[in-house]
Amino acid sequence: MSESVVSLDKVTVTYGKQQALRNVSVAFPKGAVGLLGPNGAGKSTMLKSLLGFVVPDSGRLDVLGLNVADKPLEVRARLGYMPESDAIIPGMNAVSFVAYCGQLSGLPKADAMQRAHEVLYYVGLGEARYRNTETYSTGMKQRIKLAQALVHDPDLLFLDEPTNGMDPKGREEMLELIRDLAHNKGVNLILSSHLLPDVEYTCDYVVVMDKGAIATSGTVEALKGPSGRVFEVRVKGDVNVFVAALRAAGLDVADTDEDVMRVFVPASAKAPAGRPGGAGDDQRMICDVARGAGAQIRHLKPSLPTLEDVFARAIGEA
Amino acid sequence: MSPIHDQSYRRYQGSRLPVGRAWGVIAWSGIRAMLAKKAYLFLMILSFVPFVVNAVRIYFSVNFPQAGSFFSITPSTYRNFLDSQGIFVFFMTIWAGAGLIANDRRANALQIYLSKPLLRTEYIAGKWSVLLAFLLTVTLVPGLLLIMLHVMFAGSFDFILQHKHIIPSVILGSMLTVVVSSITMLALSSLSKSSRYAALLYTGAVFFTDALFGALRLLTGNTRASWVSISANLTQVSDVIFRQTPRYDTPWIVSLMVLVALVALSVSVLERRVRGVEVVS
Repeated sequence: MSESVVSLDKVTVTYGKQQALRNVSVAFPKGAVGLLGPNGAGKSTMLKSLLGFVVPDSGRLDVLGLNVADKPLEVRARLGYMPESDAIIPGMNAVSFVAYCGQLSGLPKADAMQRAHEVLYYVGLGEARYRNTETYSTGMKQRIKLAQALVHDPDLLFLDEPTNGMDPKGREEMLELIRDLAHNKGVNLILSSHLLPDVEYTCDYVVVMDKGAIATSGTVEALKGPSGRVFEVRVKGDVNVFVAALRAAGLDVADTDEDVMRVFVPASAKAPAGRPGGAGDDQRMICDVARGAGAQIRHLKPSLPTLEDVFARAIGEA
Repeated sequence: MSPIHDQSYRRYQGSRLPVGRAWGVIAWSGIRAMLAKKAYLFLMILSFVPFVVNAVRIYFSVNFPQAGSFFSITPSTYRNFLDSQGIFVFFMTIWAGAGLIANDRRANALQIYLSKPLLRTEYIAGKWSVLLAFLLTVTLVPGLLLIMLHVMFAGSFDFILQHKHIIPSVILGSMLTVVVSSITMLALSSLSKSSRYAALLYTGAVFFTDALFGALRLLTGNTRASWVSISANLTQVSDVIFRQTPRYDTPWIVSLMVLVALVALSVSVLERRVRGVEVVS
């Protein structure tokens, strides 16, 4: 793994009696990292701890090689934060707001104004930059939050659910921006989201959280594993018996929205007894299981593993 | 063929100012925002009417000693001048102060501010400076200007030499009123997401404590309960600052302690309410 930009060492955060982070140790490498997890997994708490908003009960947090507890201002000077909820400074137009944020981050006034114009064009608000931010639509507010996080040219960006409330076109454009920042502009970023396609599109590395702990982490490719080990299956017969039989055979099954289920064949799965190993082993194994469970295979197709599969397995294992 | 310059997003190559100056940025932004309001500017100009009246009085007292007692200038003239500014301090505190933190809380701006390299104390100092600047402009500045005019019209320092406490009294008296009013308003502003509600809270705090004092005064027939009123405490301590006989029966030290406690309570409220994240446990 390349050098880490963020690391947590045995961090525990408690709100009252609720443990939001439980003895978390993890390192985020350079580049674009996705922070995945269902609502309440502890993603936002982790980001807020890294910003110094929340003081952990125990453990150590480092950002860009600086200890957050010792040097919070130095850390925040090099960070950009795009919060999840709508957040603007009232009574300002966009260019004043972004320039003001630049000044708060230590940019001289003239530079802050120049950067404000630049980043507003970059995020697609160039034509609306003299409008009062309180009149902006949800999508525009998302963009201006990104602009204020970028204006001082941070080394690391924290993006908390950046596509929340955006229409499909706006979402696509936002994801393009994030991808461009990470892959073409050399900005490290941590993208916290529960939207797996967003993370899969923009990030190279993911950290999956569940119930305040790290469920799994790794590069997207490594986590997805080699292709051809996931199958889309549809059967006729007692599905529950078939699923139980698959699980008994050491395979994993996830439901989808439709009647097609996704069957995961773990790397450790062996070829059926009496059959030579080779291409098609996995399919044969699934057919054998179906036969044993009295079900007819109506659809069996190799599939590419997606981040959704990784997520489902990680949450299941956590 | 020359390469096409990428204008979409550029890394920043310029200098950065050291941390610790953000409060000035916040203060200046708040002051400019208020000065952009014409009605507020009108109130500020109106607040200088007592200054003009007193300047005329000083002119006549110095140049026409025979003009009568109305024009005679004593240390109590300055005390009364600061008293007369109280109404402007009240309205300006509400107008400029109610939304200072409440509006930021309504718009979730605190997490924007506190994700920047500034401390919570810097944020509070910046917001507080907005109110301090305006309130001192209508109390301390005209107070000192009146003394300066007095010296200029008289052509001598005799008045200041006879009343050596007058300059420190004007400074202390102004600061006391301004600090207590502004920090209380700021704390109340941090309690709500509505500037109107914060304004109502402040108005209620001032008028309710005054009404309570008035009722107790009627019941007891004396002014020993003046410590319950914020404005009575300010009056009591200001009297001592200007070396005048305190007008209420409450010991002035008790009034001072009540005001110190109010300031401490306000600081404590600000410390709890100004955070990057609201934790509901």
